[in-house]
Amino acid sequence: MTAVTAAVTEEAPPQAPPPEATKRSWTAYLLLLPGVLWLGVFFILPLVQLAAVSLQSRFPGFPGYYYPDLNFANYVAALTDYAPHFARSFLYAGLATLLAFALAYPLAYALAFKAGRWRNLMLICVIAPFFTSFILRTFAWSQILADEGWVVRTLDFFQLVPGGSIINTPIAVVAGLTYNFLPFMVLPIYASLERADPRVIEAGGDLYANGFTTFRTVTLPMSMPGVLAGTLLTFIPAAGDFVNMELLGPQRGKMVGNVINDQFLAVPGGYPIAAALSFTLMAAILVLVFLYVRRFGTEQLV
Amino acid sequence: MGGVRQAQGDLRLEEVTKTFGDFVAVDDLSLEVPRGSFFALLGPSGCGKTTTLRMIAGLEQPSAGRVLIGDTDLTGSRAYERPVNTVFQSYALFPHLTVRDNVSFGPKRRKAKDAAKLAEDALELVQMTGFATRKPTQLSGGQQQRVALARALVNHPEVLLLDEPLGALDLKLRREMQVELKRIQTEVGLTFIHVTHDQEEAMTMADTVAVMNKGRIEQLGAPADLYDLPRTRFVAHFLGQANTGVGTIEGTDGDLLVADVLGTKVGISKSRSQVHEGDLLFGVRPEKVKVSRAKPDGVGNDVRGVVRDVSFLGVATSYLVDMPSGTTWSCYEQNLDVDPIDLRPGDEVWLTWNPGHAFGVAADGSDES
Repeated sequence: MTAVTAAVTEEAPPQAPPPEATKRSWTAYLLLLPGVLWLGVFFILPLVQLAAVSLQSRFPGFPGYYYPDLNFANYVAALTDYAPHFARSFLYAGLATLLAFALAYPLAYALAFKAGRWRNLMLICVIAPFFTSFILRTFAWSQILADEGWVVRTLDFFQLVPGGSIINTPIAVVAGLTYNFLPFMVLPIYASLERADPRVIEAGGDLYANGFTTFRTVTLPMSMPGVLAGTLLTFIPAAGDFVNMELLGPQRGKMVGNVINDQFLAVPGGYPIAAALSFTLMAAILVLVFLYVRRFGTEQLV
Repeated sequence: MGGVRQAQGDLRLEEVTKTFGDFVAVDDLSLEVPRGSFFALLGPSGCGKTTTLRMIAGLEQPSAGRVLIGDTDLTGSRAYERPVNTVFQSYALFPHLTVRDNVSFGPKRRKAKDAAKLAEDALELVQMTGFATRKPTQLSGGQQQRVALARALVNHPEVLLLDEPLGALDLKLRREMQVELKRIQTEVGLTFIHVTHDQEEAMTMADTVAVMNKGRIEQLGAPADLYDLPRTRFVAHFLGQANTGVGTIEGTDGDLLVADVLGTKVGISKSRSQVHEGDLLFGVRPEKVKVSRAKPDGVGNDVRGVVRDVSFLGVATSYLVDMPSGTTWSCYEQNLDVDPIDLRPGDEVWLTWNPGHAFGVAADGSDES
């Protein structure tokens, strides 16, 4: 049938690039140069240096002095001594990511489909926390969750706080992480929902899917790129975070970020261990992210 | 969750009105579409045709009135409960699913056991079998359109709704899809309701065309009837071209009404005029007007004019002729001979037409919006 052949052969054959394209590509490299230099000087070089530090050994008898070496014992020490810290980091970051997702999805959905003329105001409210410092906002949470605060008192009245206290517990840490990274979850999900064609969602209803089934089979899968981006933007910084633990968490049972911070700044001669911990954390996050994207990745859907 | 309603028979809209705030999108519209027919809703954008379609689909609820299929009242039921499917204007394919999963989406929701087989058959009907594993973004516009059609047809709906389905295709592909759609409709025998602003598309495909304007149906009938005998000024101008002029009826001459149109006396069959006294809009289609050098001696109306422009179109030649009243008429002459055209701009010609081919409609009333 002619109609089919016409439809199939519609795509134009690939054309050879015009001659000026090669000339133009030099401009592209020139434009890349500042960015490449910046990354080279401020990211690649420090990274190489950090890798070198992570393999250094101490001078015996001279605390705080090191010599270049290939001392993999630093990594062994990092993994054996601080395994619980790694576990806590991933557990708290994972919980915060789940909570942030549960809070952010309905919010992003409302922003995209139900907000109407309130949309801009709501978006400003989502972004507004960025106008004050991260540290200050986390300090504020130590007030909010304080024992004398109305949150704990109300919960205590209903016998919902076993120890009578939330501040300085892992619960406060997870709450702080959830709060601090919520906008990073809301915005990508909102962006992917907002981009979705409402007719496609209507088509679900037209094809015998009720509201819930349409959400499960159409809306949610279409927003997966946003969910993926949001969970990564929340989980990765949360796993390396130490501020929430420092300001809201207990004295014992720290996260790996706190250990790195202490090894660098408080423990004499802690540099190699801190560097090894940093590299291990980075590798662990990369592996987790790789597995996660392999499982839920939707590269065909952009 | 309620299942899909069982309903069979003609589609009926009874006194349906839809308002959005102060705006009346569809105004007291009643319509009956016989089962198995190809029905077109034709009108300019904003005339309420898409809103009408969405009320049939269940994507909008009427502010007043009822929507029925056979004896089953579907008013108030949700889209997923209706035995009605839609081919959306932008196709609205699910971007995260393959072509096959797009097509089997409906059967799966209805818990059909042979969803995969049904999808295969539907893809075969639209000749897209080889594309089952592709994603919609890997298809051209025409291919996406076929998948959208298969996705709706696979459910064997009682009524299939098409919302400007060919609007995004180029002219050549559109012509081919018009033929294809007509073939598929004949093959599956479902009721098709086709919304379009393209009068040619509506006239080539549909058995019955309803011309809509400002939320109301101006005229409903077979394409040829609408074209040959428009009943309103809007239809006369919206469907095809018409040479028109406002005049006053002065009397009768046997079966003819005699009217004075801008100084020219014309006759119209009484049965072809919607008004029989006072002012009227007189009209005659361009191909019904004959152009000749010599004064014709027939019983027809004749007027003397001056050729302004001649365009040779192959099958026909189109003339623009300045009339004594100051208006310009357009005339088509079929090129039955191979003799060269001997009329040039500036030549004096006689225009003549059969009074039985002219029409008259109310002079006031809505025009193209």
